[in-house]
Amino acid sequence: MSLVQAGLIAVLFSVGTFLVLHRSLTRIILGVGLLGNGVNLLILTSGSVPGDVPILGEGGTELTDPVPQALVLTAIVIGLAIVAFLLSVAYRSWTIDGNDVVEDDISDRRIAADPGVDEDFGEET
Amino acid sequence: MTGGLALFVAAPLAGTALCYVFARNTALQRAVAVTVTLGVTVASVALLVHVDTVGPVTTSMGGWPDAISITFVADRLAALMLVVGNVMMFAVLVYAIGQGARDERSPWYAPAYLALVAGVSGAFLAGDLFNLFVCFEILLMASYVLLTLEGNDDQIRSGTTYVVLNVVESLVLVTGVALVFATTGTLSMAELPDRLAALPDGVALGLSLLLLIAFGLKAAVFPLFSWLPDSYPAAPSPVSAVFAGLLTKVGVYAILRTQTQWFPDTNRTLLLVVAAATMVVGVLGAIAQADIKRILSFHIVSQIGYMIAGIALGGVAAVAAVVFYVVHHIPVKTSLFLVDGVVEQDEGTSQLDRLSGLARRSGLLAVLFLVPALSLAGLPPFSGFVGKLGIVTVGLDQGEWWIVAVALTVSILTLVSMMKIWTGAFWGAAPERQRVGVLRHHPLMAAVTWFVVALTIGVALFAGPIYSFAERTADDLRPGPAATTGTGAP
Repeated sequence: MSLVQAGLIAVLFSVGTFLVLHRSLTRIILGVGLLGNGVNLLILTSGSVPGDVPILGEGGTELTDPVPQALVLTAIVIGLAIVAFLLSVAYRSWTIDGNDVVEDDISDRRIAADPGVDEDFGEET
Repeated sequence: MTGGLALFVAAPLAGTALCYVFARNTALQRAVAVTVTLGVTVASVALLVHVDTVGPVTTSMGGWPDAISITFVADRLAALMLVVGNVMMFAVLVYAIGQGARDERSPWYAPAYLALVAGVSGAFLAGDLFNLFVCFEILLMASYVLLTLEGNDDQIRSGTTYVVLNVVESLVLVTGVALVFATTGTLSMAELPDRLAALPDGVALGLSLLLLIAFGLKAAVFPLFSWLPDSYPAAPSPVSAVFAGLLTKVGVYAILRTQTQWFPDTNRTLLLVVAAATMVVGVLGAIAQADIKRILSFHIVSQIGYMIAGIALGGVAAVAAVVFYVVHHIPVKTSLFLVDGVVEQDEGTSQLDRLSGLARRSGLLAVLFLVPALSLAGLPPFSGFVGKLGIVTVGLDQGEWWIVAVALTVSILTLVSMMKIWTGAFWGAAPERQRVGVLRHHPLMAAVTWFVVALTIGVALFAGPIYSFAERTADDLRPGPAATTGTGAP
């Protein structure tokens, strides 16, 4: 694994993580895309040092391991489907209430909205 | 049976394609879905018998060598999970057809449901780590669609959390896959135990934690459970029933495989603490809720803790207890959600403060709720007692008294929260505005609920044979490298 590749993976992971931590779904989608690319590069580098083309280079000694390339191909397709689905969720969220902010859990909001929650907690019935 | 394992994934996927073709014809879609799920259910029972009497079955795609081809492996554990999973999938499908809710009549319900069947079956049968990841993606993708099918405000809100967290989980999982491949040079589940045992301890620990985080989020263990109680109640009852019964258990299945076979005893203390926290937080969350679905959703988390505790304790006896616990838990949890679906269909709500006196109006419905509820709490005549007894016995044998104390306390608290549903919804006087004795649910819904509750009673009645099967299963899972490294649990 070359240092450049390692550095690139590190950058993709860190930027992706930063974006995923946002509240806006659009930024999360961008983050997922970057993280996905980071992971794909990681898989590619896991196949040890790059060598000749796996199939054409028959007979050569320095062959690239073809397995990670097959894995990356699958991972890319899955990543595409996930991003497409997330985009449609973001669009739907926008048509419903005009934004794509990821909201809080119902319980969290209920507790946050109720200043007297300590007195009657668990007494809903 | 050799060569046929791919059918458990291929048949539902072909059904998915057919359902897309018949998108305008709900009746035809239902016929395809019922035929396919019934077919794979029958086939998986045959597979279970075959695996138990003859031995594990392996299928490699395309004639490639085992190490690099797509491999499906059915050992006792996989075959058992396949049977339980497919029976539940079939039952819930019939229930959903009976209910005929808005989302079930959507042209995209049947295809997504069949894709879910394919993903769950594939995850149980996967013979290599990447294949497991792909099957996880299939089932997650199908679950995203089912969860947000109506596309209303509530579903999009909770669906967003669910989707984003599971997407991040997938990325962690695939990172784990890449690092496992980088360090061991293989992804085959048959070869990994030996290769992983040869790694330095620190590397193995890192890999095990990475996989544990990925599968732990799927299984909803303590710090990673918060998506579950929020997203499951937003789905329609049949969908949340099948999610509650099966999806988290796929995560437990993956943890069981990886932690017992690949990293024996690596994370014992961590897993025990996580298990205790999962049990306690889950049940306390359940007690605080005021909606049947939300109470039941928190219970999923709590019950996962018992399974993780068994996995943490390790050894053949503990794994046998976990296998039995999972087999008991899936129909129990599913049936509770199915009962909730009937209540919602009749009353239009699952909020406890708007329900009362259901037992007076339908004694049978009350029985249908009470049997799995008491079983979940672990009272003696029911299947939950046997499962909890197994885990508690192993805990005492290994001197981990504190996890036993936590498990028993949580069991009492489970009973408390079940009684909360009982007193809130079933007990008391029927409100006067309702006509007594008129229940509006479809007979198919009641029939399926009866069937699943009967299954939970069956698990209790045949606890002996099932437990001895679980012990044989656990014996298969005895960690391979344990003999060389001397890490076998007592």
